[in-house]
Amino acid sequence: MSGHHVVPFKTNLITFLTLVVLTVVTVYTAKYVDLGEFNLALAMAIAGVKATVVGLWFMHLKYDTWMNRAIMLSAIVFVALLFVISAVDMFTRA
Amino acid sequence: MAETKTVDNAHAHGSQEGVNYLNETSGLWSWLTTVDHKRIGVMYIYTIIAFFVVGGLFALALRLELLTAEKLFMTADVYNQVMTFHGSIMVFMVIVPGVPAMLGNFMMPIMIGAKDVAFPKLNLASWYCLIIGAVIAVASLFFGGVDTGWTFYTPYSAQSATAVAMVVFGAFVMGFSSILTGLNFIVTIHKLRCKGMTMMRMPLFVWSIYATAILQVIATPVLGITLLLLVAERIFGVGVFDPALGGDPVLFQHFFWFYSHPAVYIMIVPAFGIVSEIISTFSQKTIFGYKAIAFSSMAITFLSFLVWGHHMFVSGQSPVAGTIFTVLTMLVGVPTAIKLFNWVATLYKGQITLSTPMLYALSFLCLFTIGGLTGLFLGAFAVDVHLHDTYFVVAHFHYVMLGGAIVAMFGGLFYWMPKISGKMYDELLGKVSAVLVFIGFNVTFLPQFVMGSLGMPRRYATYDGIYSGYHVLSTIGSWVLALGFGVAIYALIKAAIKGEKAPEDPFKGTTLEWTIPSPPIHTNFETSPKVSGRPYEYR
Amino acid sequence: MSTGKVDRRVEPSHHFDSMIQEHDAGKQGVWLFMATELMMFGALFAGYFIYRTKYFDAWVEGGSLLDWRLGAFNTIVLLLSSFTMAQAVTDSMQGHNKKAFRNVIITTACAFIFMIVKYFEYSGKIHHGLFPGLGMWNPEAVEVAQTKLFMTFYFVMTGLHGIHILVGIGLMVWLMKRLKNDEFSKEYYTSVEGVGLYWHIVDIIWIFLFPLMYLI
Repeated sequence: MSGHHVVPFKTNLITFLTLVVLTVVTVYTAKYVDLGEFNLALAMAIAGVKATVVGLWFMHLKYDTWMNRAIMLSAIVFVALLFVISAVDMFTRA
Repeated sequence: MAETKTVDNAHAHGSQEGVNYLNETSGLWSWLTTVDHKRIGVMYIYTIIAFFVVGGLFALALRLELLTAEKLFMTADVYNQVMTFHGSIMVFMVIVPGVPAMLGNFMMPIMIGAKDVAFPKLNLASWYCLIIGAVIAVASLFFGGVDTGWTFYTPYSAQSATAVAMVVFGAFVMGFSSILTGLNFIVTIHKLRCKGMTMMRMPLFVWSIYATAILQVIATPVLGITLLLLVAERIFGVGVFDPALGGDPVLFQHFFWFYSHPAVYIMIVPAFGIVSEIISTFSQKTIFGYKAIAFSSMAITFLSFLVWGHHMFVSGQSPVAGTIFTVLTMLVGVPTAIKLFNWVATLYKGQITLSTPMLYALSFLCLFTIGGLTGLFLGAFAVDVHLHDTYFVVAHFHYVMLGGAIVAMFGGLFYWMPKISGKMYDELLGKVSAVLVFIGFNVTFLPQFVMGSLGMPRRYATYDGIYSGYHVLSTIGSWVLALGFGVAIYALIKAAIKGEKAPEDPFKGTTLEWTIPSPPIHTNFETSPKVSGRPYEYR
Repeated sequence: MSTGKVDRRVEPSHHFDSMIQEHDAGKQGVWLFMATELMMFGALFAGYFIYRTKYFDAWVEGGSLLDWRLGAFNTIVLLLSSFTMAQAVTDSMQGHNKKAFRNVIITTACAFIFMIVKYFEYSGKIHHGLFPGLGMWNPEAVEVAQTKLFMTFYFVMTGLHGIHILVGIGLMVWLMKRLKNDEFSKEYYTSVEGVGLYWHIVDIIWIFLFPLMYLI
């Protein structure tokens, strides 16, 4: 079908290897680098990058329409809303 | 996911004289396996009206019990169960699926010039999800019932000896129906509009269905996981919401209202769409502020996700969060008021015909305005502390949901009845029903505002004698209201059985559904239509 | 859906104008469903973070009760399955059903390996009295009482994720059957792509679960 981007084997392979490397980085930083509370932030940041890589290349969002990207983004935004607002309540209780 | 080619060929001769979606095939099986959005819409109409009758009978029983201050015929336990079933049936089986599933299913594809929804089989699956979920929930009556109220608050719902897990699981399955319907409608509106039907040319009913579908897709999964956690809590005893272990019951409320506040907009926004159509048609006037109405629906969709905490002002939520939620709640009043002003402006200098649908729409305007404004009282932190858990809340909720959503739903049923069944309803019966509903409704629920503000708490089977007068009035009103809905349902059934044949466009509407025969053919249009202008071009 | 013999789609269903329109609609439907998946797991993650902040000690103890090597192994297995799934989509977009079939087989094998590892993890936890329900919980097994909450989140989140893997295996079997029938072509590969999207979302959720459960 014309108009749909075929991702070549090489790109898939590079994506996969990137993800493996990032997994190693996650384990290494969490186990052997002590950043205190920032370990969580770092691990989440790496996980975020990994998820983005999966989204852009494996799930083809890089080549997809804005509508499909917006659907994904809106889900993330609303999850963030749920989290932030309930956290505001939980942590401002007397 | 998509219909197979063979089905398509079978209907290639759908354009023959006198053949329409109702009579092209017959037999119960042809209905139970249909993937035609119109037939599925009709099946929803029958099932949801049936649920409405059941939920209504529960309501009548409650009001009868409340006729006297002391016990009349129900013990407190039975009362709690009847109250829970009334609420759960009306919310999860009637109003949430109500307008989108029955009228949205039938009309939305036609109004955008499509032959069907994007995923016809998924559409049928949604109907079965609703039925299966409803059967599970109602069957719980034989396993101890449920007495938690429709909100299933923890920790009581985790401890109650009744069959909470079963009802909750039923609600979970019905949630799938809602999600799949919403998903289907979003894709249909994005991908299946006919030539020339830009987003800004869509009828306002389609806009409201679109906004509703977004709410269904985004909010319902959170309810799903919350209910699953509750089921896990009951079956395994895991303790997520158990304070004994450090779990937080208020977290349940956060998750529950993250769905259930948007859910009240799932219930009311489609009603806005119906009212927009009816008011424009029966004023024979271009709708005032098309863009404002369309965009205010979208604004409500977004804002509705930011206000759930106003249900939790007295649940031990922090004052900081309470203040934030109060401010955000006031914001929702803005797009809602924009709609109301636009409808009133549409009526101004219109050629108004007071037919049945219009009477229902005008009732909606009155009742919803009262309901909406009292909502602002309850949304204000300080006032809510006084009014919370009183009949004021009950009255507010019924003004919005029954006086708003259900009244508009009946208006829509009368409005599109000629198109759906090909038969005209009895105008006199229709008008009588509309007037009875309006009077009965106000007699039932206006006194509840008064007794609520005087301190009558909700959810009790017996009460202090000082409230007797209000309760008696309210119960008498409920009988008038029931008579009104009875006449309305009778009028609809009578029309379907032996109404006069309806013309293509009995009300001189301008949207696409009035350009095709009543009832429509299987593929809706002989040839795919082309749209060249905005809807509601009256003059 | 498949009707026996080779039944390649060349024409769209009656309510679509073209195959492209039908494909894009199907794909958007899958994306919307993925959004609901994110919302559902998102609520669980929100609960996880709130309780983690409240009961940090319990979370530290809970994390130490899990074997991060098994988690890391499973992460790599899932990433590999995601890679072969992506490759299966690439193959089917070019009409290479046989190649796609092989890649789907590898994906399914990875899914089974993942579930087998999970089975051993679960049975180990249950054996040590760390299942937080059905009377199996052993309060002596932990130092901080709220570790039970951590284990609840562990079992609910990985359990729900595991159910998604099982559903995924079902979808793979369905795909294999259709690939074997040679049903897909350059013009029609929507189902392969849809299952692919689902599988990647399951992977993404695990990408977050792994550090949150096993490492932090």
